[in-house]
This record gives sequence, C-alpha cells and structure tokens, in this order.
Amino acid sequence: MKYVDEYRDGALARQLAAQLGKEARPDREYHLMEFCGGHTHALCRYGLMQLLPPSVNMVHGPGCPVCVLPIGRLDQAIALARKPEVILCTFGDMMRVPGKDRVSLMRARAQGAHVKMVFGSGDALKVAEENPTKEVIFFAIGFETTTPTTAVAVKLAAERGLKNMSFFVNHVLTPSAIDAILGSAEARSGQVRVDGLVGPGHVTAITGLGAYERFAREAKMPVVVSGFEPLDLLQAVLMLVRQLNEGRHEVENQYSRAMERGGNAIAQALVNEVFEPRASFEWRGLGTLADSALQLREKYAAFDAEKKFADVVYAPVADHPSCACGDILKGLKRPTDCRIFGTACTPENPMGSCMVSPEGSCAAYWLYGRHQTSGEQKRSA
Amino acid sequence: MCLALPARVAVLHDDCTATVELGGVRQRVSIALLEGLQVDDFVVVHVGYALSRLDPAEAQRTLALLASEARP
Repeated sequence: MKYVDEYRDGALARQLAAQLGKEARPDREYHLMEFCGGHTHALCRYGLMQLLPPSVNMVHGPGCPVCVLPIGRLDQAIALARKPEVILCTFGDMMRVPGKDRVSLMRARAQGAHVKMVFGSGDALKVAEENPTKEVIFFAIGFETTTPTTAVAVKLAAERGLKNMSFFVNHVLTPSAIDAILGSAEARSGQVRVDGLVGPGHVTAITGLGAYERFAREAKMPVVVSGFEPLDLLQAVLMLVRQLNEGRHEVENQYSRAMERGGNAIAQALVNEVFEPRASFEWRGLGTLADSALQLREKYAAFDAEKKFADVVYAPVADHPSCACGDILKGLKRPTDCRIFGTACTPENPMGSCMVSPEGSCAAYWLYGRHQTSGEQKRSA
Repeated sequence: MCLALPARVAVLHDDCTATVELGGVRQRVSIALLEGLQVDDFVVVHVGYALSRLDPAEAQRTLALLASEARP
C-alpha cells in the first residue's frame, strides 16, 4: 500500500536504530512521551521499544479518547441509551468499556437498550433519517482529529432540519492534557519525567503545529510531530534525541507528507463555528480540567443531547480501586505495573478503559508485548 | 480514534463524498473537510472523513531523509 509499506522497511528501521544508538548519549537519559495512543500501539506492534538504546525511555501518554473519558460520562451515555425512544449511535471502541457497576454499553444493549455501532457521525445521520419516530443520539468522543467530523454532521443535521438528531459531545483538547501532565504534582516531584514530546500526527493535521509552540517556548520542551509507521516513529525519536543533545527546544514536523504547517483551515473554521470551550471537564486520571473540552454553541443548542435530555446529568464515579488506568494515563505507571493487568483485566473482560480501546496502552501491551522480556520491560521491573 | 489511513481517491461524487480505495478495499467517505480533491490524490481517512491530503513531494523528501539517516 502506497504511503504505508515504504515506511515499514525493517532493514532501514534497524539502520535507523543503529544511528540512534550512536547519537543517544549513554551518560544521560531521554524520557520521551508519545502523547497519542496510536503511537503507543505502533511502538508495541513493531517492537520499536526493543530497538531503542537503553538510555531512551518511552512514556505512554493519555492520547486515547476512549481511555480518558471518565465513567460518569459513559454512564450518561448508557442512561440516554436506556430511554425507550432513543437510539444511541456509538463508535465500536466504546462498546465494552465498563461503566458503573461494570455495566457497559454492550451489556446495556443486551438488557434492551437500543445501542447501534457506527463507523462515524455520517452513519448516525442516516440512522436518524431512517428512524423518524426515534430520537437518535450520536455519542461524540475524540480529540481534535475527530471533532471536525462531528462538526460536519451537526451542520448537516441543522441544514436537513433533523429534529430527531442530537449529539452527546465529549470532544477533548490535546494541549489541555499536555498541560495537565507537565504541570502535575507527579511531574513536579520527578515521579513522571518527560524530556521531549512525540506529537500526535493526525491531531496536528487538523490543528497545525502552532498548538505546541508554547510548550517549546515556555516549558522548553522539544516537540516532534510524528507519523504512525515504524520508520516515522524512529525518525521522530532521533529528532528528539538530537534536539536534547543540542539543547534545543523547538516544534519540528516529521509528518510533513500528511499536513500543512497551519493544519486544516476548513476543519478549524467548522469546529469554531459549531463548538465553544466547555468551562470544565473531568478526565480519567487527569482530573477536572478547565477549558479542556468542547460543547455545542448556543446556535446549535437544539442538537445538544445534554440540553434535550436534561434529566440525564453527570455524576462522577471513581474507577475500580484495583484499576491503574488513571496512573497509566498520567505516565506514572506502565500497564505491567498494574496488579490486575492480564489477570483480572484482559481485553475480553476489561476492568478499565486502557485495556479496551485499540489505542489504550494496556491493550497494546497485552496484544504485542506480554510474552516479550524486552530490555524496556526489564528496566522497569 | 485518531487511527487514520492513507487511501487513494477513486471516484468523486457530487454530494461531497468520494469513493476511496485502500489495498483493494473501497469505501465511500465524506470530503467536506477538503477542497479541490482530484481522482488519484491520496487522502488520510478517519471515521469516514478525508482529513488531509498527502503530499507526494514531502513523502519523497521524508523517505530520502530516512535513507540518508540510515546510511551506515
């Protein structure tokens, strides 16, 4: 496949890793956070962490929208789905995430709730058109990559006058999560160390590189936005190691083939027209953060499921006490540090969101890493 | 969720959608977020929407850079 295969060349990957081995100094450590869960999966899937020199340590970030959604928001979706007049449309990723009392959307569906898996917001519109007597709600989750796709659907729903369509909006913002990690008590005390950031390529294809300038300038944090293939990630790590060796802290772009520096202007304008910042939003692991999520503007209030079904309100629910998702999302723990990882918690029977999502760190370690005794795992042991 | 793949634009339709092709699999996606797409362009597809256009020259530049980095 074009634009995929050429970035998966194993021989080239080993040569790149060898170059990295020459340039990474053995007398210092490089703690690099890959923000995006897609990157975490690529690192695990291609065994890249085993190729890195011992001084380079990857810290897995919170860039997984399914993972960071707190139980209370999922419970709201389940409560909406249980209304007899409602069809709740959701991404498949959300189906098996356990909510309060370990009830998931999947279980709610088995109990009679009308939950429909869709590929995207466009399919939800079709469901609304095909079911005029039902109230169709799209469970909108995602970072900046996904937000514009919801914005398109909101505008289409308005244009088509779809009175039975609404959106349960849970779109969150990458810079807020980075702020929360870098400013956390754990980061200040040195329990979480991040020397450089691998920036999320597809988020940045929408927002543009400017979103990270302040981290480079104010937090003196090197940032390299990366693609998702193994060679992309190795190159991004090499670029970060060079910045750190040279004492630079800049925003660099490894993924120039898939984005313009300013991002996608059409998407940005649409998002701005349809959404506004939400005063505060709770994240799993990161806590309640101001201006860290979006809500529909007043102009589109008729399509806001939280206003249309105002009886369904948010109630915070603590994670299961054994589940370490919160600490894993903060970069404080690795999946293998969780005492229920791979035992009480597996993808088939998940206790926490990080084991369910195809971008969750626990799912990545379970799928690709559990039989390996990598240098990386040995170090953390 | 931010998982997205590069696909070739095979057919442009007049309702702001396109049929894209990835490794022989065809799918109809929205192109509301991009302007001026042409058949045979490659786009990054996410949850049924084309998000950005792939730049062949930049892709070549990245590959050349990778090859030069990896030279022993």
